[in-house]
Amino acid sequence: MTVLVPSQPLTESEVAAIKRDFPILQQEVDGQPLAYLDSGATAERPRQVLDAERRFLEQDNAAVHRGAHTLAGRSTDAYEDARATLAGFVGAASPAEVVWTANATDAINLVAYGIANASRGRGGAAAERFRIGPGDEVLVTEAEHHANLVPWQELAALTGATLRWVPVADDGTWTAEDATSLITDRTRVVAFAHVSNVTGMVAPVAEVVAAAHEHGALVVLDACQSAPHRALDVRQLGVDFAAFSGHKMLGPNGIGVLWGRSELLDALPPFRTGGSMITTVTMESSDFMPAPERFEAGTQPVSQAVALAEAVRYLQGIGMERVRAHEEHLAQRMLDGLAAVPGIRVVGPPAGVPRSGLVSFDVDGVHAHDVSQYLDAQGIAVRSGHHCAQPLHRRLGLVATSRASTYVYTTEEDVDRFLAAVGEVRGYFGAAS
Amino acid sequence: MSALDSLYQQVILDHAKARHGDTVLADPDASHFERNPTCGDEITVSVRLEPGSDRIAAIGWQGDGCSISMASASVLTDMAVGRTVPELLELTEAFRVMMRSRGAGEPDEDVLEDLVAFHGVSKFVMRVKCGMLAWVAAEAAVREATA
Repeated sequence: MTVLVPSQPLTESEVAAIKRDFPILQQEVDGQPLAYLDSGATAERPRQVLDAERRFLEQDNAAVHRGAHTLAGRSTDAYEDARATLAGFVGAASPAEVVWTANATDAINLVAYGIANASRGRGGAAAERFRIGPGDEVLVTEAEHHANLVPWQELAALTGATLRWVPVADDGTWTAEDATSLITDRTRVVAFAHVSNVTGMVAPVAEVVAAAHEHGALVVLDACQSAPHRALDVRQLGVDFAAFSGHKMLGPNGIGVLWGRSELLDALPPFRTGGSMITTVTMESSDFMPAPERFEAGTQPVSQAVALAEAVRYLQGIGMERVRAHEEHLAQRMLDGLAAVPGIRVVGPPAGVPRSGLVSFDVDGVHAHDVSQYLDAQGIAVRSGHHCAQPLHRRLGLVATSRASTYVYTTEEDVDRFLAAVGEVRGYFGAAS
Repeated sequence: MSALDSLYQQVILDHAKARHGDTVLADPDASHFERNPTCGDEITVSVRLEPGSDRIAAIGWQGDGCSISMASASVLTDMAVGRTVPELLELTEAFRVMMRSRGAGEPDEDVLEDLVAFHGVSKFVMRVKCGMLAWVAAEAAVREATA
């Protein structure tokens, strides 16, 4: 029997050593050391990742899966090794279950438009399982990032299916019961974020998956805010597809991952077609490769894949359980600190309920942009706006919130400076009186 | 003056709180809605002209946004009323030129009056659209009212 011991947060000296790996974090902004608390939007990259991409481009770069020369061989190997690294990182059954995409948005569109194409008869008998139409339902939640909402709106519009959503509570969260009560035999797709980019809520994946599969629905997981920050095992979670972006996990822009069960990926019709994804092409029609190649038309982002694999190795070197413990510790420090500041409303799960290492909040009487600007003048970078979740903010009764998000390089000092600055905001803008 | 204080001049902070014109305007000749999709700031500016004239009798607006965008709408209300439509369009253009200046030059206080307080905003590229939001809406509203 395995006894699970909760992982320890990173020590101060461990975080300091990690932070030294990030050249961009060694700078000052307006004469103050940079406290980068916007990793939920995009993470910074360690020297190791930058070096890996440069080394590949200086030594091995060539087009992959074509050509017979030495560099073509090396770059193809590096590209496929990277795929295997990512497959291991998320617990895929095989590297073929990992499809490279431009980012998570692209990955979710790949699934949505694949289903749309299947619904128009593309993909033949194998794709029949994906066909949806009038009377069928696609279920999302009111808390979704636009990337996991708009593609499903489009799918519904293209197929005549109905888009439904799980309503959220006043704090922006939803429960397993909220979701499962809406899953019926009409439900064909259930799509939701593993971890909310606004509330930090961790979704009850197991319960939703169980209900969805009982009714024959596919589960699409937006793992953008989970894959970078906690151990992710897609097969243990039981989902059918999962999407995430490289740039949020210490890797480059322009690379993301769609993981899918191989039997589903092999049957889903592609929505981008062209070179490198075909077997036989005649003037009339073409046959497609199996996954993952069938979804990877055109020249691929090879150096980005190589660098993303290096980012994964960097994270694995720390250990994903420790990454999670570190960020949860910092989030708790932020929540405790914000609770002591008058006029702050934190959105998301109540105290004691697990949440990820990000905190979104409203400052009474001060707009989020002004909060963010005030913090920026002290070298503290936070996100302000609707965080690509307009429906959620509308439900919360807010136009915008400020969000502080942590990562492996975030120090307690970063958090404490953030808290001190937030404590001054209402006074500066005359909102405290 | 710190960079932050040059952005948030007292005139701006005062207008952001006092918010002149932040009301529903009765019997408007035209209204126009503008949104900044990147940040979610939004405003509807309504205008009423003096009967048989292109002189602005009243401005009313409703919006939700940061202190820069709300203060800018408040200053707009103070400055637009009593001007003719061509005069407001000319002022809007002068304001736009200043907001695109990236902090360069000295704004003409005789022309821009309280709007010179926004000169500091022009150095913050991410906030220029906040400053212009109400004015862009007003520009469209007065054009429609005189069309």
